[in-house]
Amino acid sequence: MVLLPLVAGVMLPPLAARRSRTAAAWTAAAVTAASLVVLLSQAGPVLRGGAVAARWAWLPELGLELSLRLDGLALLFAVLILAIGLLIILYARYYLDAADPIGKFYAQLMLFMAAMLGIVLADNLLLLVFAWELTSISSFLLIGYWDHRADARQGARMALAVTGGGGLAMLAGFLLLGHIGGTYEISELARLHDPVHEHPLYLAALVLVLLGAFTKSAQFPLHFWLPEAMAAPTPVSAYLHSATMVKAGVFLLMRLYPVLGGGIEFEYIVTGVGLATLVFAAYVAIFKHDLKGLLAYSTISHLGLIVFLIGLDSPLSTVAAVFHVVNHATFKASLFMAAGIIDHECGSRDMRKLNGLWRFMPYTATLAMIAAAAMAGVPLLNGFLSKEMFFAEALEVEQLRLLGAVAPYAAALGGIFSVAYSARFVHDVFFHGEPHDLPRTPHEPPRFMRLPVLVLVALCVAVGLAPAFTVEAIVRIAAEDSYGGPMPPYTIALWHGFNLPLLMSAVALGGGILMYWLLQHQYNLHLHAPSGWTLRLLFQHTHDRGIALARAATARLANGSLQRYLALLAAAALATGAAPFLAGGRPAAAAPAYAQADALALALWLILAAAALGTVAAHRHRVVAVVLAAVVGLVVSLAFVYFSAPDLALTQLSVEVVTTVLLLMALALLPQTSPAESTRSRRLRDAALALAAGTGVAALAHAVLTRERGDSIAWYFLEKSVPEGGGSNAVNVILVDFRGFDTLGEITVLGIAALGAAALLADLRVTRSAPLDPPLLLTTAARALLPLAVLVSVYIFLRGHNEPGGGFIAGLVTAIALVIQYMALGQADAEARLRARYDRTIGAGLLVAAGTGMAAWLFGAPFLTSAYGHPVLPLIGEVPLASAAAFDLGVYLTVVGATLLAIAAVGHVTRGPGAAPPPDAQGA
Amino acid sequence: MELLVASGIGLVAACGVYLLLRGRTFPVVLGLALLSYAVNFFIFAMGRLTLGGAPIIKPGSTGYADPLPQALVLTAIVIGFGMIAYVLALAIRVCRETGGDHVDGGGSPAEREIP
Repeated sequence: MVLLPLVAGVMLPPLAARRSRTAAAWTAAAVTAASLVVLLSQAGPVLRGGAVAARWAWLPELGLELSLRLDGLALLFAVLILAIGLLIILYARYYLDAADPIGKFYAQLMLFMAAMLGIVLADNLLLLVFAWELTSISSFLLIGYWDHRADARQGARMALAVTGGGGLAMLAGFLLLGHIGGTYEISELARLHDPVHEHPLYLAALVLVLLGAFTKSAQFPLHFWLPEAMAAPTPVSAYLHSATMVKAGVFLLMRLYPVLGGGIEFEYIVTGVGLATLVFAAYVAIFKHDLKGLLAYSTISHLGLIVFLIGLDSPLSTVAAVFHVVNHATFKASLFMAAGIIDHECGSRDMRKLNGLWRFMPYTATLAMIAAAAMAGVPLLNGFLSKEMFFAEALEVEQLRLLGAVAPYAAALGGIFSVAYSARFVHDVFFHGEPHDLPRTPHEPPRFMRLPVLVLVALCVAVGLAPAFTVEAIVRIAAEDSYGGPMPPYTIALWHGFNLPLLMSAVALGGGILMYWLLQHQYNLHLHAPSGWTLRLLFQHTHDRGIALARAATARLANGSLQRYLALLAAAALATGAAPFLAGGRPAAAAPAYAQADALALALWLILAAAALGTVAAHRHRVVAVVLAAVVGLVVSLAFVYFSAPDLALTQLSVEVVTTVLLLMALALLPQTSPAESTRSRRLRDAALALAAGTGVAALAHAVLTRERGDSIAWYFLEKSVPEGGGSNAVNVILVDFRGFDTLGEITVLGIAALGAAALLADLRVTRSAPLDPPLLLTTAARALLPLAVLVSVYIFLRGHNEPGGGFIAGLVTAIALVIQYMALGQADAEARLRARYDRTIGAGLLVAAGTGMAAWLFGAPFLTSAYGHPVLPLIGEVPLASAAAFDLGVYLTVVGATLLAIAAVGHVTRGPGAAPPPDAQGA
Repeated sequence: MELLVASGIGLVAACGVYLLLRGRTFPVVLGLALLSYAVNFFIFAMGRLTLGGAPIIKPGSTGYADPLPQALVLTAIVIGFGMIAYVLALAIRVCRETGGDHVDGGGSPAEREIP
């Protein structure tokens, strides 16, 4: 049932909208109706007092279960959501302009509907949070539906910030609840009422959960986002911001009442906030000129009323709360739709301009007036019934001393205000003179736009006249589920005899009309201009400050200086690396057992130190620095030889050659020197940082090297290399077989890097017009060398599986041989002879490697499974013809392609006119 | 021996970091190269130092060096080349676009005030 609108509802309307607007509406309506049918088919056991539950494990380790439970409360809300949703879908079809993307609207609306159903059906607190946030997000999308309007965007942002923030608080509260109760299932928590209340964390959990509920249901002082959300299209306001989403907070209070409610804290906070909201918002509503603004504040006020009723610890107040949820949803949704019609047909929602519409749209006016009367609590309508129950309950408040004394008067005052704004809605819009300055001539809307209003208003009247036949049964079940116990006998009836609540109703009606009359005639309401400090402005201010602060922080950190980033990075790496050691977590070191160093090692070390320091010292003279850096690389490759890593040594050696060539070629295009620019203190700081980093690395390396090797997986590779990989060079077997997938990834990265470099330099490519004549000796030697080098690389490639060598090294050797051709023949000549397209070589290499892997599928084996044989070739000897060799061929091709592509790309860049090092880079 | 290796790695790393912190592209590239030597060798050394035990399986011999860090470092060396090539291309491009090779956030030579 939830999935239906979620999947079908979100996917289909945008597709249908390509055909026509009506098709989109029909699709959305069909999905909703189907959901409703599914819901009602499950309703039988619920109406008999049971519950339907379903549960699937989602993330059981976190206590997150996909558990849904349909009880009376959920049924009531679900019916409300789907039924009003259906009417809204119909209404929106006529409300939206032809230019509005209707598919998007319905998709978002259905997403919201699914999320809302998720809230009311969820039996798991975390699942509820998930659905809750989904409503916040879909509400954000729907408020910002007219995304070209600044107020819509801003209202959407504010709504998201406030409700999202509340949702976070609620999540924290739920986590506390889960911690207290040991479960996240609501039905299980409901049995833990007493332990939860006695827990020291109860109050914290309560306040956090209430924060979530109050933000969602727009309770004072967190109400200010709701009027801003009125920038949404009116169907959205009617659906989300009066009938359903804002009721989610109310629903949450009802749902969790058996867990959290009943305590004195709950009662004080909830009734207090509800009552304050009720009176405050009703007062503000009177002074709103915007039709939707008035309705928004009246919604807040009615939500306050419901919250107040939930807070009271009495079964009948729960009945009244549930009943008022239904009533408010019907009359407020119809009022919003009526306001939308007026806006749509008149082009304005300003009550100072809209006057006397009775003559232009009598049907709409009649419907709106009935709904407004229900809102005011006029007898014979549903609003009267629930309001009278509210007055009765307000009189019953005794146990809360201070609040108990205030409640009846506050309730009466709220009643008066609500009658006053209802009166204003009716009188100001439909009577009170003539309309003026309207962009359009008012007229009746299409019949189907009126139909949803008619249905809802008819419901208002039906419930008002005969509550027992319409909603009493479901309200009773829902209230029982919310209160967590059976209800005492009661009746919802039109006539209870002359009593105090009736008197209060009468006072409210009379007082409200009198108040409106006085305001309109004595104060001249139309000239009222709101002023002063509001919560909305406070929010805006905080919001702006926050953004400015973030900008300032970003500007300070990200000032465009690579030096600063790298310094911060190095310092952070140092700090994180050093922290565990400084914290004393270092295991006790045994006396280090050093191996004896011989003279060769010492000599190498000295050369290394001299070259590395020399690179730093000479870094202003770039050519020298490159040569010295190459020396460091050479020493490193010698060290690899020394420490039994011949493959690494060969690789390092050949990479060193191409890197040095590349660096020297690049240097031709860059300034030759780096003038001293940093201040002395800067250099000292950098040196200190570098020294610290070096010391850290050295200490870590020393610490590791002087410790016994623990468990290692080296034995596995050494043992399996020959029997399973078919090669005796364990390193190469790891590369092309055991960890072949890694290697595939790595050569891909290499290819991408080379292609990226080529792309960066692509539009700087100009073929050199007149190449320098290369020395004859070199040319001759190079020509002779090429076949030889290729032969050597083939040899290295073939023996790689068993002896040091393999695709990487062979590729590099080939590349070096070709680079020598470049140097000897000049670029243009060499390329003409080679007719090479290195990007294609890279692609071919990757294809070969991946294809080898995929070939394993043909034999029903997983990707990159290898097979091998050992044919004997003449002269070379036994050659391992493993499928891994084909993979290695891919590696080879990629390496050749990538290396040469990078070098060719740099080589092609000419020293054009702008290429000479700019004068100031030399000087300064 | 361990002391020599550890201090060697540390020294090269320190030189690399210092060069990384310079304000021009080319020293930064050199620093990157030095730092990758140090890091590669560091990873290699995590397999401990072995003399005369190349991981080429021969019947009857034991005491091989750990082949896994070697395999890791082998690709790292090649990718290091790819990275240097890319950064160099970037440096050349930036030099062409802005006329200078500063990476200290001071802007192009045109924007920079020459004292």
